[in-house]
Parts: sequence; C-alpha cells; structure tokens
Amino acid sequence: MKTIYKRPEVFTDVNTSYCGGCGHGIVNKLIAELIDEMELREKGILVWPIGCSVYADKYYKMDAICALHGRAPALATGIKRSLPDKFVMVYQGDGDMVSEGMAEIMHAAVRAENFSVIFINNAIYGMTGGQMAPTTLLGQVTSTSPYGRAVASSGYPVNMAEIMANMPGVCYSERVTVNTPQRITATKKALKKAFELQFENKGLSFVEVLSPCPTGWGKKPIDAMKMVDEQLIPIYPLGAFKSPEEVPAK
Amino acid sequence: MAINERLSGNEAVSFAIKQINPDVVAAYPITPSTEIPQFISQYIANGEMTTVYVPVESEHSSMSACIGSEAAGARSMTATSSCGLAYMFEMLYIAASNRLPITMAVVNRALSGPININNDHSDSMGARDAGWLQIYAENAQEAYDNFIQCVRIGEHKDVKLPVMACQDGFITSHAVERLELIETDKVKAFVGEYKPEKYLLNPDEILAVGPYDTPQYYMEHKKAQTEAMKNARKAIKEIAKEFEAMTGRKYDMLEEYRMDDAEYAVIIIGSSAGAGKEAVDELRNAGVKAGLIKVRVFRPFPDEELVAALKKVKGVAIMDKTDSFSAAGGPLGAEVKAAIYGKVDGITAANYIYGLGGRDVRVEHIKQVFEEIAELVKTGKAPETYKYLAIRE
Ligand SMILES: Cc1ncc(C[n+]2csc(CCOP(=O)(O)OP(=O)(O)O)c2C)c(N)n1
Ligand code: SF4
Ligand SMILES: [Mg+2]
Repeated sequence: MKTIYKRPEVFTDVNTSYCGGCGHGIVNKLIAELIDEMELREKGILVWPIGCSVYADKYYKMDAICALHGRAPALATGIKRSLPDKFVMVYQGDGDMVSEGMAEIMHAAVRAENFSVIFINNAIYGMTGGQMAPTTLLGQVTSTSPYGRAVASSGYPVNMAEIMANMPGVCYSERVTVNTPQRITATKKALKKAFELQFENKGLSFVEVLSPCPTGWGKKPIDAMKMVDEQLIPIYPLGAFKSPEEVPAK
Repeated sequence: MAINERLSGNEAVSFAIKQINPDVVAAYPITPSTEIPQFISQYIANGEMTTVYVPVESEHSSMSACIGSEAAGARSMTATSSCGLAYMFEMLYIAASNRLPITMAVVNRALSGPININNDHSDSMGARDAGWLQIYAENAQEAYDNFIQCVRIGEHKDVKLPVMACQDGFITSHAVERLELIETDKVKAFVGEYKPEKYLLNPDEILAVGPYDTPQYYMEHKKAQTEAMKNARKAIKEIAKEFEAMTGRKYDMLEEYRMDDAEYAVIIIGSSAGAGKEAVDELRNAGVKAGLIKVRVFRPFPDEELVAALKKVKGVAIMDKTDSFSAAGGPLGAEVKAAIYGKVDGITAANYIYGLGGRDVRVEHIKQVFEEIAELVKTGKAPETYKYLAIRE
C-alpha cells in the first residue's frame, strides 16, 4: 500500500499544549514536515521563545535552545556564527518579537544574520492571558484594552513583514496565514524557501504567519479563522514583500 | 466601616492601587503579576480610576517610564515578577539613586533558568542591593496593607526611596482569602497627595535628574542613599503606628510569633510563615518551646530587632527561599548571621534553602527543621554550612 500521509518522524509523542484552533499547532506541524523532508534533524538547532510555544522543544526529537522572552535572535546569532553550516531556526510570537525583543530582531536584520525567523503574529499576548500587543488591531478587545485598542493610549499596529523587507540585511520577507488548506500549503512553501535561503549567505529570511488565537480573541476556532480574513488581512496584507532574487549574496 | 471581602493577593493590591489612584502606572505582563496591570487597565477603562496607564513594550521600559514620570512629580507604580524584575535591573539602581519613591508590586516568582513560573524569592533577593526598600507579605491582607503603607514610607521626606511590596506568586497572589479592606476615602487620606520636594519643570528650580557624578561627589551621594535607608526604619514604624490606629492591624520590621520564652526559632519570609506558625503551635502543644520570626522588612535590614528577638534563643534556623550560590548559604542566612555576630551569645544558627521554584513547604518540613536544630543544640555539634530542605537526593 502506498503511504500518502504519516506523522512527521521528528515529532515526539508529546501532546502539544496549544488550544484547539490555534495557529501555532499548524505551523509546528509544517516545520516538522519540512525538517523531515529537508533532512534537517541532525544538522539543525531550533531556537524557541517564551510564549504559548514555550514547550515546543518537547515536541521535536531535535536539539533546541529555549531563549528568554524576546532574545531568540540574539541567541541564534551566537549559534549560527559559531556553526555557520548548520540550520538555525528562530521562532517568535508577536509579544516576544515586537514588544520585548524588538531590538534583537532589528539588529539580527542589521547584521544580516544567515538564519530563518518564523514570526507567529496572533495580535495578542496569548500565553499571559490575552493582553494587548503592539500588533493588536485598533479597536481589538484584549484583557488590557477591554473596550478595544485606542490610538491615543496605545498607538498603531506594527507591520513587521514590511519593516523587515526594508532592511538590507533581510533577503526574504513574506506574510502568510493558515486559515485555509490552500494557505497552509502556501505557508509551507514560504517556510521551505526561508529554510533553503539560510545556506545562500544572503542574510536573514523572515516569514510572518497570521495565526488565529481563539482563546485570546474570545472566539470559536471557526470564527477565529474568519477573523483572520475579515480583520487581520486588511491591516496585515498577505504576500512577499521582498524576494531573494533581488538580493545578492553578501 | 471596614469592607469585608474575599480577594486574591493580586486583586487586593490592584484594589489598593485603585483606591490610591496614582498618576501613572506603566507595566508589562508577566505571570503571576499580570493580573495587576490587567485589573488596573480595566478599572481605568471603566472610569473608576484616572491614572494614566502606559502599556509599554518591556519591563526595562516600564521602570524607565516610572522613573520619568516620578521625576516629573507624578506618583508612579508598576508590577512585575521574575525575569521582568531582572530585566529592570539597571533601572532599579537609577530609581533608587535618583531618590524616586516608585512603588512596585513584586509578585515573587523563581528566576529562569530553568524557566519556572512558581514562587520563590530569587527575583527580589537578586535585587536586594539595588537600593529599594523591600517589604514582604504573608497573605493577601498583608499584601494590601503593606502596599498602602509602602507608598507613604517611600515618599516620606526622610526616605525618598522606591519600594518593592512583595508577595508570594500564586500562593498569595492567586489564592482567594477573606480580608478586610479600608474605605477609599480613608486610604486616600492616609497616603495623601504626592508633593515631591524636587521635580522637573518646577519654574523656581532648574533640575537635571541623573547626571554624571564625579569621584569627588559619588561617595557622598551613596552615603546619602544609605542614610535614607536608615531613616526608613523610623518611618516604617511611625507609619505602621498610624496604620494600626486606623485599622487595628499591627505591623513592624518583623513579627515575633510565640517568641517570648522560645528556645528554638525559625526565621522566615512570606507565605511560608503560615506553615511555620502551625508547626510552632503543634510543637508548643507537645511541650517544645518553639517560636517564629517573620521578617516583614528585608530592606532596610531589621538587625537590631533580630538581635533582640534572638537574645534568649538556643537554636535558630534561618530559612531562605532562594540560594545566593555563594556556596555558603542564602542571603537571609548570611545577613542574619552577620547581624547577630558578637551580639547574641552561644546560639546555634543553621541555614536552610527551601521552596525553590514552587517546591511545597509543609508543616512537617518546618517541624523537621525544629527537630534538627534541637538536636544540634543538644549534641553541641556545629551545623552544616547550609542545607537544602525537602530535596530529592
Ligand atoms: C522578561 C519577561 N517579561 C514578561 C514575560 C511574560 N511573558 C511570557 S510570554 C509573554 C507574551 C507572549 O506573547 P507572544 O510572544 O505574542 O506569544 P503567544 O503566546 O501569543 O504565542 C509574556 C509577556 C517573560 N516571560 N519574561
Ligand atoms: S492562547 Fe492563543 S496562542 Fe496560546 S495556545 Fe491558545 S489559541 Fe494558541
Ligand atoms: Mg502572540
């Protein structure tokens, strides 16, 4: 019989801690499939953040290092600089990257580090109980903005994929999402491209994933998927903002 | 009439902040203190407070924002835990040395690593030399009462130092207890309006906050800081008396529990004093002269009070909910021993590390500690330098 689907080899048997309908689980699975397909298991290190993916090291039979909140790109820099031939993947949430760790991601981009960064943008601090993040949409209700985010006190959402595209040290920046099967396939493609670019010495490769957080958004999973279309995409448009073809090797 | 309520420690402190209605709260969420900024932002959104809430991007910035607003003459507050407090580290020193009486709710949680969200005192103990006052609560009532007093103490004209109002993560911050709240008008009258002596944009005095200090003056400035810390002892006692007059609840640098004729004592900080008192009661029922000293104020250090309390004690166990990795004991152990050196004769002092990263400490553990010190006193053996309690070997 022909195998048409199997659980990725790199996955352990550990149940994930993600809520039903959470985008983290989908992206974690895509990463696992790519690690298998690209045979990265023995030549790579995964750098995990603090956030709802804080337990992700337990899901992969692969070496990992758990960064402090916001610091993953700085930590990854040390790894990649000492092991330039290895695969180094950084995974960060929006609180982790855009709040606490904005300096680290920007300076990794400034230095044109040759690793891949996966940015899970769910427009909220999921782990700590759904507080407003810099990426929270205007008017979005969170536990620290009970009547919606207001510009006067909290300013504007941050478009990371566009910002990263403007950095000369970034060779690839694309925004994707995981709310339909087609888009999940497109996300996998984007991740694969980002992973491959690590070995072309062109600098940082960046994939932003708009990720539903039904728990933090106070929505049923299916409604959270809809919210991605109706509310997130208008502010955070999908697409590639920088293609590696435009960027020469360093 | 006082208000009887059932609240968690986080709710109690948030309620105190609501009653005080400070000018500025700047915070970044971290378990287990997250609820405090969350409640505050909800109170503000509902028009129950007029405080300016700043949802900053990190703890480094929450402390920076508080420093800025406090320097501008605004009463400023924040809350944090664990790595959040560690991330403020350089700013803590700035707040203290600029003599800015910020009040910070610290909900104690173990520092990474390994990452752990549960209680111990490694976070605030790691900042013990930053120049902040540190006042610890045993339960939600004390967390509430302390917080209100902390504002007054820090802002006292002879002190002018920032204060950490500490409570134990989850154990106190999340468990719901019955407690008595003070009417808002009384709280407001008790803390009073914040009238700083020096502040930015005072038309009568040009002021630069935090400028470069030369070797000719730096030491004098540090001496002034330490004098303020010494003055805090008196302020703490005075303010506690006023607080007692208002509420009937008594506070001091430390609390002595059944110490009058105690031969054996434990010295402990925070929520574990509850289990400790229960152990003391059980031992007293069995005829053992046991007592407990709860250190409420760790900065300034209650050295004279400890000496007085330990004068008649034969054996004492000093309980540290953090290790200082000096390989010679925990911070409370080291400081108590230093305080009593040459001042208390013939006492056997043992130091224990307990409850790290949320490890449960039970009545039987404290009873075991009492047994061990009684045994040391009886045999005249010297205690081990320090010991880990309830540890898997
Ligand atoms: C220095 C520090 N501050 C705060 C925290 C608390 N904290 C843990 S996760 C988190 C936010 C997570 O949000 P995000 O990165 O968006 O991840 P998500 O859970 O949404 O995937 C915060 C504030 C921490 N661990 N360390
Ligand atoms: S809180 Fe949100 S981000 Fe976290 S696991 Fe649940 S759905 Fe996912
Ligand atoms: Mg998030």
